Amino acid sequence: MNAQTMSQIGEFLIALMVLIGALLGALSAFGLIRLPDVYMRSHAATKSATLGVLFILVGAFLYFTFYLEHVSAKLLLGIVFVFITGPVAGHLNGRAAYRSGVSMWEKSVHDDLKPALKRERERMRDSRKAEHSEKG
Amino acid sequence: MIQSLLIASLVILSLAILGCLYRLIKGPSMNDRIMSLDTIGIILLSMIAVLCMLFRTTVYFDIILLIGILTFIGTTALARYIERGDVIERTNDESDR
Repeated sequence: MNAQTMSQIGEFLIALMVLIGALLGALSAFGLIRLPDVYMRSHAATKSATLGVLFILVGAFLYFTFYLEHVSAKLLLGIVFVFITGPVAGHLNGRAAYRSGVSMWEKSVHDDLKPALKRERERMRDSRKAEHSEKG
Repeated sequence: MIQSLLIASLVILSLAILGCLYRLIKGPSMNDRIMSLDTIGIILLSMIAVLCMLFRTTVYFDIILLIGILTFIGTTALARYIERGDVIERTNDESDR
């Protein structure tokens, strides 16, 4: 196997990686359209979109490293940044949805957060009451 | 060979952005819209990476970082606004009351 064939195979593998990433992005858009509920939709959008963009950015990094002789620290920084911030943004958004009272799907069967949140709110109200009575 | 695959993935990513636009317009709650904006930003970022490979240039790498940061900041600010009513918390000391 000569060097040219090797380079062509590597190019093909990198392009395949980019294609897999694009398909994962399309999959996340599909879940965003089809799923019935904010929380399920956030599951689809956050996870698979992050994985897809990681595939594409790693493919671009490999392409630029091996074929254009340019090791890009900016691209590495982008990979790490997206990998950290994607799930964080999804979590913040789901939390805001639950706390502002967006209802779940009517066929959902289990909600662990509801009693915990109720307990926390009662405790906060009690402490505020105690503060007020101390002042008064 | 690699060019046609890259163009195919660009087409797929644009279709994904169209799907997100549907949820952005229709979404029943505000959080659906925020989430779909976040996904649009992430997909746009990967489209720019594919464009970099297609044009064999490195000048768009700054834009990848910039869109990533702007998407995260925007999502965080909007989610906080929906949850608490303001983006930056004021101090809640005894002297302020």
